[in-house]
Amino acid sequence: MAEIVIKGLRKEFGSFTAVQSSTFTVRDGEFFMLLGPSGCGKTTTLRMIAGLELPTSGEIWIDGEEVAQKPASKRDIAFVFQMFALYPHLNVRRNISYPLVSQGMPKAQVREKVAEVAKILGIENILDRPVGGLSGGDRQRVALGRAIVRRPKAFMMDEPLGALDAEFREHMAEELRALHDRMGATTVYVTHDQLEAMQMGDKIVVMNHGVVEQFGTPQQVYDHPATMFVANFIGSPAMNFLSFQGHVARGATAVTLGDTVIPMPELQEAAPGPDLVLGVRPEHVRLDDASPYRGRILATEYLGTSQIVTLSAPNGQIKARIPSARSVRTGDTVGLTFTAFTLALFDKASGRALRTSANAEVHHG
Amino acid sequence: MAEVVLSGLTKSFGATLALSDVSLTIPDGAFVVLLGPTGAGKTTTLRLIAGLDRPDAGDVRIAGASVMGDMPAQRDVAMVFQQYSLYPHMTVRDNLAFPLRSPILNRPEAEITKRVAEVASVLRIAHKLDNKATQLSGGEMQRVSIGRALVRAPRIYLMDEPLSSLDAALRAELRVELKRIHQDLGATFLYVTHDQVEAMTMATHVGVLDHGWLVQFGTPREIYENPVSTYVATRLGQPRINLLPADLFGAARPGAAQIGLRPEHILQGDGPEARVIRVEHLGDQTRLHLHLAGHDLITLSDPHTPLKSGEMIAIRPENPLWFDASGNRLL
Repeated sequence: MAEIVIKGLRKEFGSFTAVQSSTFTVRDGEFFMLLGPSGCGKTTTLRMIAGLELPTSGEIWIDGEEVAQKPASKRDIAFVFQMFALYPHLNVRRNISYPLVSQGMPKAQVREKVAEVAKILGIENILDRPVGGLSGGDRQRVALGRAIVRRPKAFMMDEPLGALDAEFREHMAEELRALHDRMGATTVYVTHDQLEAMQMGDKIVVMNHGVVEQFGTPQQVYDHPATMFVANFIGSPAMNFLSFQGHVARGATAVTLGDTVIPMPELQEAAPGPDLVLGVRPEHVRLDDASPYRGRILATEYLGTSQIVTLSAPNGQIKARIPSARSVRTGDTVGLTFTAFTLALFDKASGRALRTSANAEVHHG
Repeated sequence: MAEVVLSGLTKSFGATLALSDVSLTIPDGAFVVLLGPTGAGKTTTLRLIAGLDRPDAGDVRIAGASVMGDMPAQRDVAMVFQQYSLYPHMTVRDNLAFPLRSPILNRPEAEITKRVAEVASVLRIAHKLDNKATQLSGGEMQRVSIGRALVRAPRIYLMDEPLSSLDAALRAELRVELKRIHQDLGATFLYVTHDQVEAMTMATHVGVLDHGWLVQFGTPREIYENPVSTYVATRLGQPRINLLPADLFGAARPGAAQIGLRPEHILQGDGPEARVIRVEHLGDQTRLHLHLAGHDLITLSDPHTPLKSGEMIAIRPENPLWFDASGNRLL
């Protein structure tokens, strides 16, 4: 098991830069998510860590050793792909034992290791079955078994659940995370699904256009997005963006939208504007008839415990997540308040979150 | 727009019973969603109403009259399929106008132009009207396909998972859009899906299908709060309802085999001690995976809970649902 340190990692394909200059650390035993839309460079980053692509520049340290220009075989890493690549002519036991046999491990020891892995994955009863007739879940378990049987320093997983249907994916995500909790192996996992990343990860790196936008725990990234891209990409519905024009001085504890003063965390740098955006998560919008800030209800969506209310407000469309017990009617105009300590302020031109007393520790600590 | 009444609809394909004695009233102006997994009989129901298949038994009445003797075109219904099927050689405008130019409708061109413009603006494809259908993105093609149904004012819109091929963001947008169209037009919709979020957010009524049987029909709130069985209870709600042995928390309702607890129906603070297995921070909510007397359960917590895995918390049920050994609800 190992710590992985990435410094200034860059990859160019001809004139296209897939990864600009990534720097982050995966601690020993962490379940680490590389998250972003397709084409953001997350898979290229994973492949460089595994040694399947060589970086244009930058360093990759695995367990204290710099391996950036070393071949995959010298890195002691196991890779799990989206399409579980099994040997169709071999049975489950032979598929799992293959990496050990090819290393020349004695037979008795191979048997012991395979039995141990089968027990961890709960597939002892199918060891002698051909892989052809297995369900999707069992095939994925066998593929995992083949990866973990070697006890490598780290696991690289490229959207391993992407091919499964929604209900089963949720189940496998839990199983995979439980497996990680038992083994404690350093794992780097690529996904474009923000919920999967939040659900499974200890840490998340959010990438966009080859650039690391933010790095932190799921809750930090959700509560204090560093950029508008992250604020929009994480959370469903996404963070609301209320656009306004103005200048907000350092030390201010409120912004003014139209005639309404909206309290927010103390600003620790000046916001020169002129185009600014107030960011508010849907669950931090409250319907309050006393508030002078008004919105007209366009739609409501019942979700069991909560409901999503879509409103048209002076600074843009707002989605509010409120308890489903509250009765609301489409077409009504209601007052809105926002939970002050959760608000973020962005500079629209750069998309960057301005430093406040709430996010200072996350972004600069 | 019209009321649609299904009575005793039954349909088999060879040895497979697809629909079994389904009776259901779709009130005029309702948005009815049929919910169920693959093979539950959702699409078969739509096809029987549209006249694309004939039932083995039963009747379909639209606006009070049986349509069993009518051809699909005579039934005056509009259907949107899961796979958009546009005419690739035509522009978006001509694709949208096509149903209105058909021999049965044959509307005047001035009216067609007006109608196409209205629908295009609702679906936000007005700027693409002169594009060929093949020059559109997947989401745009599906909107044109929905638009081709909306240009008409049929007695009912039948929609077969129209959003399932779209990405999550567009799906969320079109959910709100379809619901707004329903409210603005006062139209009658029958919409089938296996996506519980679509069912809960759009429907005025949800029908839950299980292997061809209609097991419950009611508002989304009724289905969520008062499910008739464990099958229905597990259809709605994320995370899923916890189904546990009835006596896990002490005295059970007589005759109960299982206690059903939605994650929000587990209170923290007193009761038996459960071990925290994992704390899942999803941003707006935090899920606690718990282990109690050999059983796994999931509950919700404050997003910034200080709880960590390995710790113990006391939990007790509130407003539980009780189910008998065959999974039926005890009232």
